[in-house]
Amino acid sequence: MQPLLSQACWDTLYMVGWSTLIAVVGGLPLGILLVLTDKGGLVQNVVANKLIGQIVNIARSMPFIILMVALMSFTRWVTGTTIGREAAIVPLAIGAIPFFARLVETAVREVDGGLVEAVQSMGGNTWTVVRKVLVPESLPSLISSTTTTVVALIGYSAMAGTVGAGGLGDIAIRYGYQRFESQLMWITVAILAVVISVIQFAGDLAARSLHRRGGRSGPAPRLRLLKAKEPAPAEVGKVA
Amino acid sequence: MITTSGLTKVYRSRGREVTALDGVDLHVREGEVYGVIGQSGAGKSSLIRCVNLLERPTAGTVTVAGQDLTALAGRGPRAGKELRRARSRIGMVFQHFNLLSSRTVRDNVELPLEILGKSGKERSRRALELLDLVGLADKAGAYPAQLSGGQKQRVGIARALAGDPKVLLSDEATSALDPETTRSILQLLRDLNRQLGLTVLLITHEMDVVKSICDSAALMERGRIVESGTVSELLATPGSQLAAALFPVGGDATGENRTVVDVTFHGEAATQPVISQLSRTYNIDISILGAAIDTVGGLQVGRMRIELPGRYEDNVVPIGFLREQGLQIDVVGDDKPVLVKEGAEL
Repeated sequence: MQPLLSQACWDTLYMVGWSTLIAVVGGLPLGILLVLTDKGGLVQNVVANKLIGQIVNIARSMPFIILMVALMSFTRWVTGTTIGREAAIVPLAIGAIPFFARLVETAVREVDGGLVEAVQSMGGNTWTVVRKVLVPESLPSLISSTTTTVVALIGYSAMAGTVGAGGLGDIAIRYGYQRFESQLMWITVAILAVVISVIQFAGDLAARSLHRRGGRSGPAPRLRLLKAKEPAPAEVGKVA
Repeated sequence: MITTSGLTKVYRSRGREVTALDGVDLHVREGEVYGVIGQSGAGKSSLIRCVNLLERPTAGTVTVAGQDLTALAGRGPRAGKELRRARSRIGMVFQHFNLLSSRTVRDNVELPLEILGKSGKERSRRALELLDLVGLADKAGAYPAQLSGGQKQRVGIARALAGDPKVLLSDEATSALDPETTRSILQLLRDLNRQLGLTVLLITHEMDVVKSICDSAALMERGRIVESGTVSELLATPGSQLAAALFPVGGDATGENRTVVDVTFHGEAATQPVISQLSRTYNIDISILGAAIDTVGGLQVGRMRIELPGRYEDNVVPIGFLREQGLQIDVVGDDKPVLVKEGAEL
């Protein structure tokens, strides 16, 4: 039972890891493009914006299991097979790209337009704005978005068992559900719960540490309580 | 240094047209601090954004340091290389500072230098130099969230100076600050103007800003400049709204059949004992309703509100006498335009 579970764990992490990487690489530019091409954006292009938006919407509205089947010929073209872990990564990544792109869009829209204006006034071009403002300023949100994507992908990956990719979800379905080994099922559920908790915790921690460093709100409330005796920044830096 | 001619900006949204700038002619001389004052919605923000073409003017031209920026703009909404280079030579500070929260103070100041493609060594040397200039050398490693408003604006100013600009645009730089911090920031701008020969164009809705640092000022209303000139020119202009607002004196007539006159004196006239001469020459009693001496735009100016017995018709000769002495006389009456009150937000 143990080698079975550890193999399943590894399979899940392998699939989710690669597909997250591809989703971030693909979804980040797509999400930024959605903001830039929008009305009033830096490279306003309503046609392109509508087009990208529609593609993203269609891809997002498709149930993952259907997407997996629909993409089979594409998957074969990319990986040479439609079965196994590598084959599952293709639909997982493609399903996650539009999902992540929408999250990126929301995060990037939150960036204060004044910062964009400031960089433009320094002579920066659109690429400078993206690189120096939009991405670094939305980084805490982007990290949270990545966490959300990873958790969603773990959920999707349960269906990857249908193409023989293995993973924890696959164990839960085949052993737990189809063979009535409910103990094994509960174990996998527990492992999934722990994995997701750890990922969520790590993601939150990373996002918060960035936010605390540069965030507008300063230290988190709990920390402020501990540091209550320190004078507020306004008093420290009384301007002459 | 900065000249706009016929600058017009029309915003179109959903078929409606809003004219934010309606043929603005502005001339800012090299090395002066020029203040544009007006109510919100008067077009100040559009004006300052048109100067470095963050906003594209609908018509008219903008020339900064002899370079016609409108000619560099090109057709599309995106700024070409030439325009971007020209912008990098114009510093800009903002009401809400617009510092990157993800960067330290020093890295914020380095940002324009990164855009200019300077080497890392040169960037950090210059950034520290500038932070020293604005008095924040010890905050180089802090994040903007750890600074007070006044400190943030100092960082904003240091950043604006990084590209060695000859021109600084200030968009309500002190409007988000308390009065004391406002004074220190204005002092800093004044010092930089003098030390570096920096030409400063600022927009504000606070008369105090104009009063404390501007050499010249313009009043904007509904997209137009209704008054403009150097502070001394404005003070010498009879009925100037800006002059009255810059240097108000109060006091109402004590009764009917009185003539109330505002006497403004600057330069040599300030030292003449005109009021007692007037009293002796025409044998009239003069009451002083209000008086003040102040420094406006670096000029020593006095203003006095006096009351003469009798109607205006009876006082034509004494008033003529005052005018002959080189004083500026404004007769205060009901038919006069309402003067801007002191401290009121224009």
